[in-house]
Amino acid sequence: MAYIELRQVTKRFGEVTAVDRLDLDIAQGECVAMLGPSGCGKTTTLRMVAGFEDLDDGEIRVGDKLLSSRRGKYYLPPEQRNFGMVFQAFAVWPHLSVFENVAFPLRVRKLPKAEIIARTEEALKHTNLLSAARGSPDDLSGGGKQRVALARALAIRPDVMLLDEPLSSLDPHFREEMRFEIKDLQRRFGFSILYVTHDQSEAMALSDRILVMRTGVVQQIGTPLEVYGSPANRFVFEFIGLSCFLQAGLSPSGMSIDGTPYDWPGGLLPPAEILASGTGLLAARPTEIDFVSAGGVRGVVMRKAYLGETIDYRIAVGQTEVRVQKTRRLPGPGVGDHCGLNFSLPHGYPLG
Amino acid sequence: MSSRSDSRFGTSQLLFGLSVAILVIVVAVPMLLIFFNAFWVDGHFNVLDVVKILRQPETYKALGNSLVLSVGVTFTGTIVGTFFAWLVTRTDLPFKKTMKLLFLVPFMLPAFIGALAWKMLLSPRAGYINRFFIDVLGFDGPLFNIYSYAGIILVETMYLFPFVFIQVSGALERMDPTLEESARISGADLLTITRKITIPLVMPSILSGALLIMLYSMAHFGTVAVLGIETGIYNIPTLIYEKIHQSAGSFDSIRTATVLATVLVITAALILWLQNRILDKGRYQIIAGKSFRPTELKLRGLRVPLLMLCLVYIGFTIVLPTVTIFMVGGLKTYGLPFTIENLTLTNYRYILFEWDLTRDAIWNSISLGLTSALITMFAGVIIAYVIVKMKVRGKGLLEFLGMLPFSVPGSVIALGVILAWSGKYGINLYNTVWIILVAYIARYMAFSLKANSAALEQVHDSLVEAARASGATMWQALKGIVIPLVRPGMVAAFFLIFLPALRELTVSVLLYGPTTRTIGVAIYTLNEDGETVYSAALAGIALIIIVLGEVLIKRLVTGKNSA
Repeated sequence: MAYIELRQVTKRFGEVTAVDRLDLDIAQGECVAMLGPSGCGKTTTLRMVAGFEDLDDGEIRVGDKLLSSRRGKYYLPPEQRNFGMVFQAFAVWPHLSVFENVAFPLRVRKLPKAEIIARTEEALKHTNLLSAARGSPDDLSGGGKQRVALARALAIRPDVMLLDEPLSSLDPHFREEMRFEIKDLQRRFGFSILYVTHDQSEAMALSDRILVMRTGVVQQIGTPLEVYGSPANRFVFEFIGLSCFLQAGLSPSGMSIDGTPYDWPGGLLPPAEILASGTGLLAARPTEIDFVSAGGVRGVVMRKAYLGETIDYRIAVGQTEVRVQKTRRLPGPGVGDHCGLNFSLPHGYPLG
Repeated sequence: MSSRSDSRFGTSQLLFGLSVAILVIVVAVPMLLIFFNAFWVDGHFNVLDVVKILRQPETYKALGNSLVLSVGVTFTGTIVGTFFAWLVTRTDLPFKKTMKLLFLVPFMLPAFIGALAWKMLLSPRAGYINRFFIDVLGFDGPLFNIYSYAGIILVETMYLFPFVFIQVSGALERMDPTLEESARISGADLLTITRKITIPLVMPSILSGALLIMLYSMAHFGTVAVLGIETGIYNIPTLIYEKIHQSAGSFDSIRTATVLATVLVITAALILWLQNRILDKGRYQIIAGKSFRPTELKLRGLRVPLLMLCLVYIGFTIVLPTVTIFMVGGLKTYGLPFTIENLTLTNYRYILFEWDLTRDAIWNSISLGLTSALITMFAGVIIAYVIVKMKVRGKGLLEFLGMLPFSVPGSVIALGVILAWSGKYGINLYNTVWIILVAYIARYMAFSLKANSAALEQVHDSLVEAARASGATMWQALKGIVIPLVRPGMVAAFFLIFLPALRELTVSVLLYGPTTRTIGVAIYTLNEDGETVYSAALAGIALIIIVLGEVLIKRLVTGKNSA
């Protein structure tokens, strides 16, 4: 059963619809990442769940508790929602010690003193902050500050954790470490996570499901594998992972690129409506294109760059540049060579 | 090649020498003369004598008054400034943007003109409001006596609270809203957040603004002179004025004045040191880039009452005093009721076109303002360049000298200038307009240094290096790259000096001679001489000039920015 429910959630800022009729269910203990370019409405959605923004339509529930409802004219303020939240800019309070930062949510709940101390120390222990408890959060690194924010969110033992780009202010090598820590804490405490990020690898590594958004509209909701392997549209294909596209003329017998006819590449059978339009986009991951000595889509190698383990080729096919990535262990063509390309796992999308 | 590097060596030495010379002559010598006169008696260094002067009743009373008044003003001004800053940045008060601008207006109005207006309204016997309560409503005595500690604190608070308002509203606007949001999601309500998170985080700004109020109030002459002298309330600057003016320059009174000035300098330095420490230690990293607007506290039922409170406050600080000044300035005789037949424009015509004293005063203020602004602007850019950009030996000395003008109050500068330029050391400028010019330059050097250093710090060394690498000489790089980039700083410095100089009182009141009154001095002395109506009329004209000047600058600055 769905634990967090968003139904037809809509938010407008003046003329702009920032979030358009969004539906989402999150199960207990599930981690869902909202992924999209900046301005796509993912942060606004998170802030509506947190209660910092009211809805223009729809409703949000957690368990059997109503949080916000436009029609029911109901709005529970953020301080009564009992969520843990971590912000991009850490938002730890520099005038309080690490301990007091973490104890703050417990103090405003007026818990007994002994319990405040016990629960604060527990949260600090799980985030490896016990030794820094007395110090100022300003003396900690970015990663340390974000652990304080995490501990503060943990202290109330929330059922739901809202994370707003929590790793994007950190140095790259801290990011991976923090990813594991967050995942670890989730496993231990069992809370649900709604996670906002624009970093697709972060979303892939952390979440059970990914929601891809663009200009306020949900493009796809699915497991990382589904989103990467069967992107719902061209935008999702392009946004997640490397991609390249070839415009192709379509006819029932096959396709043509810049006037040169080719057979259908393996496995691809374009849907009837794309076929009917006469043109479409052939989409592929650079790693899922193979060099073939004979046949295939013909092109010329324009550039070739060693990226360490892989080699990055730029192949001119007619007017379009196609990117191919192959391991260095396979022999490949040199710059200026003619070559054939075989699309092993191609996708087809309508033009534009 | 070698000759070129020699000439560059010469240039930097020249600039360095020039900078030191300017600061020594304009600031250091007058200061040293004050200390020298205070501690050096009959060829001996003498501290006991200083203690003796400090223990005289009138001296320690003035010291005590300065303390009481400035602490009082700091206290009320900080509360008022913080409250209004919070109101316009963190609540859903109607017309917030307009209110914010209105709260800055008292900064434009000279406090002593405000004091003058309040004297006309609330002096115990003649004040219009008090008379209304006694004559019409049948009160036994005055409603409020403005000639009192409470009266002085009230008037100074009205015109000094923007120091705190500006600092705190700025800090609240720049503060990362997620600092407050994270407290909300932690379960705290808005009042708890304000108390436990918001106020503590802006505390450094509150304190820093409070210390500015204190510094200013401590050294403030006008309000105390207008409202305090009647009932014998002196602070340090007014007692210095009294000593210099009333005692015809006797040695004893000058010594007392130098001792008072020394106390003032030490206090000012202490306050500035404290402020630097607070800003250094307490400057939390609370500013962040990405941000939604902070949650506004819904005032609900209090929305209209609080708006009314703001309007009443603005009415009392801006509208009522300004209207009073213009109305009194138009009266045929002071004390008449404000009826149409009692009002006339002849006063304004008389002081603008017919009376030498006031005409001279306006001319003096404008020419002194322009000259001192120009000189100080250029001197400031040279000194700031040497301090910020050059690597010369002895720069530490220059930095120290450059810090001096920041901590020297106006009456101290005036006193020092009297000691230095009254003929004792070969040059006598006393009673001429030049002595006021020298004092203005010393007084406003700090503004120029601040604006120009800020502009120069924006010009990264690599910009000049890039010009040199492109083949430009040092001078070409200065002319083509540095000067155009610091020009906004220079323009800012010019106006930062010109406008305050127009309404200056503290310095010029100690230095004026028979023909060298400034606008401020003329208003003040006319009021002292009982010419209340002319004093008010001139104050009205001063207000018009000041407002026109401010508007002109806004135009210039915004015009530049949009271009």
